[in-house]
Amino acid sequence: MADKPKLSMYWAASCGGCEVALVNLNEKILDVDAAFDFMFCPCLLDTKKKDIEALPDGAIAITLFNGAIRTAENEEMAHLLRKKSQVLIAFGSCSAEGCIPGLANFHSRDALMKAVYLDNPTIDNPGRILPQPETKVPEGMLHIPVFFDKVRTLAEVTDVDFFIPGCPPEPHQIWNVVSAVVAGAPLPPKGSVIGAGRSAVCEECDRKKEDKKISRLFRTYEIIPEREPCLLEQGLICMGIATRDGCGALCPKVNMPCTGCYGPPEGVMDQGAKMVAALGSIIDIGDTKGLAEEEIYQRIDAILGAIPDYAGMFYKYSLPGSILKGRIA
Amino acid sequence: MTADNPVFEPRIIGFLCNWCSYAGADKAGTAQNLYPPNVDVIRVMCSGRIDPQFVLKAFEQGADGVLILACHPGDCHYKEGNYRAVQRYRLLLQMMESFGIEKERCRFDFVSAGEGDKFVNVITDMVNTVRAMGPVKSPV
Repeated sequence: MADKPKLSMYWAASCGGCEVALVNLNEKILDVDAAFDFMFCPCLLDTKKKDIEALPDGAIAITLFNGAIRTAENEEMAHLLRKKSQVLIAFGSCSAEGCIPGLANFHSRDALMKAVYLDNPTIDNPGRILPQPETKVPEGMLHIPVFFDKVRTLAEVTDVDFFIPGCPPEPHQIWNVVSAVVAGAPLPPKGSVIGAGRSAVCEECDRKKEDKKISRLFRTYEIIPEREPCLLEQGLICMGIATRDGCGALCPKVNMPCTGCYGPPEGVMDQGAKMVAALGSIIDIGDTKGLAEEEIYQRIDAILGAIPDYAGMFYKYSLPGSILKGRIA
Repeated sequence: MTADNPVFEPRIIGFLCNWCSYAGADKAGTAQNLYPPNVDVIRVMCSGRIDPQFVLKAFEQGADGVLILACHPGDCHYKEGNYRAVQRYRLLLQMMESFGIEKERCRFDFVSAGEGDKFVNVITDMVNTVRAMGPVKSPV
């Protein structure tokens, strides 16, 4: 056992879906076990933090770190695993870009605390008690991790070698990475996004694409889309056009618009801004031509008004990794 | 805004289309019309070239406002670039509030090559508006 390279997996601010994705390798998990000493994963195994602390630096060959950095505990584990690992991989959208926990960056820390512990209709908190990092009880002082003002990506707190995107990463892509490592394939340049493509989801989507001209937008519950044509052309906001490929276009294949979980394509800094660029270009300008200048805004806003939350939709997975990273004021 | 000069002077990034608005700015200049010096002009070949990433990047780098000036409808050198630009702009505005940026800090207008006066008016109005609003607040 001990001579096999060590593999670890950790969860910070995440849901556990990344661990499920790893287990979804199914029988190939045995190949992972044959090649690695899978020795740390709080979701699946019983090893503890003190076991990691006892290891020499660089003792772990690969750490798959999923989850965003929300609390001081998340950050502490990120630094610890960085020190103990030769290769640290930001695994999954939360760790790579912030994902769903990162949407909290559209609100201040105080507003979040208020919503969760005071104003939530199902909360019964007559003492209006908010969690504190330190609480004095008769037995002594209790500590819980500090809740940071902002959600950060793993790369914002420590040095990351590679990024595997996806919410969660597709098992066949995890396998591609694992099998390449097992086969001793040369590593890509540091900082690369691995286990994914470089282009957009449209590249893998086999729907029929024509000239894109939208004169009305729909939310998913409003229409049942036709099977063949591009979902965006049917007025559904499919994020595939601004999202990295690699998933196999699973969602559009089953009539659901892409929500963008593989993050921005290669070379794109801001997935939301690119979606603004794309959608802004394909709204049909035919009817706008010839309108008076003041009527142009009205017409565009009437079309855009069909969707209530563009920011939440366009940055569902990528807010902490985007240009502004969240509210700036 | 410095210790010596407590009056807030906004820094505004202006994206101007090469064929109309930039020429309009030039016209204001050659006519020696006065306007506030707070707008840093970036010339782009077409307002349709303005990637929304540019606008967000400007705010990220500390701009207090962003101004996008385009050809009038029907006047685009590339026929439709300004229509695409205005559509992107309206969509971008929908997101601004979530980022805590007031809509008045991002302005779009049409300025032709002959409209030196309108250029001066738009710039002056934008600078006065943003100056009254103060700087974009620091991160929460």
